[in-house]
Amino acid sequence: MNIHEYQAKAVLSRYGVAVPKGKVADTPQEAEDIAKEFGTAVVVKAQIHAGGRGKGGGVKFAKTHDEAREYAKQIIGMNLVTHQTGPQGKKVKRVLVEQAGKIKRELYLGMVIDRAVSRVVMMASTEGGMEIETVAAKTPEKILKEWVDPAVGLLPFQARKLAFGLGIPAELTGKAVKFMTALYSAFVDTDCSLAEINPLVLTEDGDIVALDAKMNFDGNGLFRHKDIQALRDFDEEDPTETEASKFDLTYISLDGNIGCMVNGAGLAMATMDMIKHCGGNPANFLDVGGGANAEQVTNAFRLILSDPKVKAILVNIFGGIMRCDVIAEGVVAAAKTLGLSVPLVVRLEGTNVEKGKEILAASKLNIISATDMADAAKKVVAAAGPAK
Amino acid sequence: MSIYIDKNTKVLVQGITGSVGAFHTKQMLEYGTKIVGGVTPGKSGSRVEGVPVFNTVVEAVKATGANASVIYVPPAFAADAICEGFDAGLDVVVCITEGIPILDMVRVKRFMEGKRTRLVGPNCPGVITPGECKIGIMPGYIHKPGTIGIVSKSGTLTYEAVHQVSVLGMGQSTCVGIGGDPINGTNFIDVLSAFEADPKTEAVIMIGEIGGTAEEEAAAFVKAKMTKPVVGFVAGQTAPKGKRMGHAGAIISGGKGTAAEKIEAFKAAGISVSETPADMGKTLVRRLGRKVN
Repeated sequence: MNIHEYQAKAVLSRYGVAVPKGKVADTPQEAEDIAKEFGTAVVVKAQIHAGGRGKGGGVKFAKTHDEAREYAKQIIGMNLVTHQTGPQGKKVKRVLVEQAGKIKRELYLGMVIDRAVSRVVMMASTEGGMEIETVAAKTPEKILKEWVDPAVGLLPFQARKLAFGLGIPAELTGKAVKFMTALYSAFVDTDCSLAEINPLVLTEDGDIVALDAKMNFDGNGLFRHKDIQALRDFDEEDPTETEASKFDLTYISLDGNIGCMVNGAGLAMATMDMIKHCGGNPANFLDVGGGANAEQVTNAFRLILSDPKVKAILVNIFGGIMRCDVIAEGVVAAAKTLGLSVPLVVRLEGTNVEKGKEILAASKLNIISATDMADAAKKVVAAAGPAK
Repeated sequence: MSIYIDKNTKVLVQGITGSVGAFHTKQMLEYGTKIVGGVTPGKSGSRVEGVPVFNTVVEAVKATGANASVIYVPPAFAADAICEGFDAGLDVVVCITEGIPILDMVRVKRFMEGKRTRLVGPNCPGVITPGECKIGIMPGYIHKPGTIGIVSKSGTLTYEAVHQVSVLGMGQSTCVGIGGDPINGTNFIDVLSAFEADPKTEAVIMIGEIGGTAEEEAAAFVKAKMTKPVVGFVAGQTAPKGKRMGHAGAIISGGKGTAAEKIEAFKAAGISVSETPADMGKTLVRRLGRKVN
């Protein structure tokens, strides 16, 4: 789960991570009021779940409160397009108004979980403001890393190594260590999967602050953080994906015209691959899980049919513990309830497969039966017609 | 021979009194697995499917001589259950549970250091040595005893491979689901080296997916250390970047972890790559120089 910059800064500051003074404005008037209250130059920043906001015109420096109001007026309601939003962009609902400080240096600080060593890693780089992937590809030697032993946490010497490595002046290492250990605490305490401070800035006044902040959370850890769950912004998510999550279905929108319903994530991915191999294009990834019941199958159908791009549907089920006859009953019930407006290809294999096939045949529905994955993919591609 | 588990493996079910645990206990018993006990804190003295329940794993091991366990405990408590299995000195702990917070697994991995127990999973279908012992949730009847070792990150895609192998008249030595989480106990290399050392395993099917670098590392191992033929498949060739494809670990992040990179690594290591998921069995038969029926 992702949250907005202003939310991330609020969470981080609770742990002692230094952030600029700022407030959120939903209207230009509020932005002006905040700038007035601060009595200094401010930065007006669009709040959407995507990076690259500055280049897209979503971040402006305002010398006066009048300017703050004007910029807020431009930004709120605008459709902000960045390299991360896709060409359709994202509508800005609010701005963060922050006191502008004098920046001396811009650095990078980030934390992720390093799968290769099963540890949290803190990464630092002198290339502040640049995307870490770009730095990693072009100048990997500029990324410093410290892996954290979960039994003891990020130790001060590790933070000092990073601080000295970044060339932070000796008199500021205390502040740097405090910043980094606070960031680590926030990361593990809230079940983060990623925390990124880019840029981390040294100010003319000798402070170390998070000029930008990004936090992603591990969906599996959210059950123990009601406060973080409350920060979820449904407007930033694909509505169908959100709807699917309510039914314990994993759905991801894609741009093709063949709706897919599969049990198991690996088989679902493989089914998409198979469709592509046969010249088609999947409209979605949909995993109904290992223990799907008739109700979930119905909901899955409803989600697939809600996509107007869908010209044919492929159901590919390898019934293990989940019996094929149960799945077949679910398919028939869903098709009858929802009305089947597009061709449906079904491939069943596994437990009680014969019974399942009988149920489909007896339903008198226009279901195209397939013998195996390859056969199913060929049939659904033919039924869907050319992909756009 | 087989790897990790066989007809002599004595299994405990952690979380045996839950609905999932009880259901699969019955399934495993029907397959012939030696389920010797269950563990649910506070339920000692009761029985599930005739199997005695204990409060702690240590107590259960003492009473039954169990050397393996399988975990059907909800995600919030699963990390603790894994550690309890390790503490009791079991040979193998298989964790089926999906949805364990990743930072819990970071701590579990730290706890595992220096201990002899093998963890398989989490978020996996389990391990099966056909005809001898089934530990997990896979449908037992699709498997046939044989000489093909299968290792995979995915559940149903493993069943697909098993089915293809069985239909082509071959069987499996052992099938290991290592799970789709970003941090797991047993990786491809662990299983590949066990298959290489197992006299009964003639060839291996390895099924990977997008995300991480486990497939690339496995490919390097195959090239350097394996003498047995390996057939591979990588799911997610058409997966979009930055989207988590069902499994917590299946994500292309920062342009890394694509299927194309993994397939290239497989090919460079001499692994026969099945172009589609429908061809895993046939690719194996071709690699072994046999005729496809």
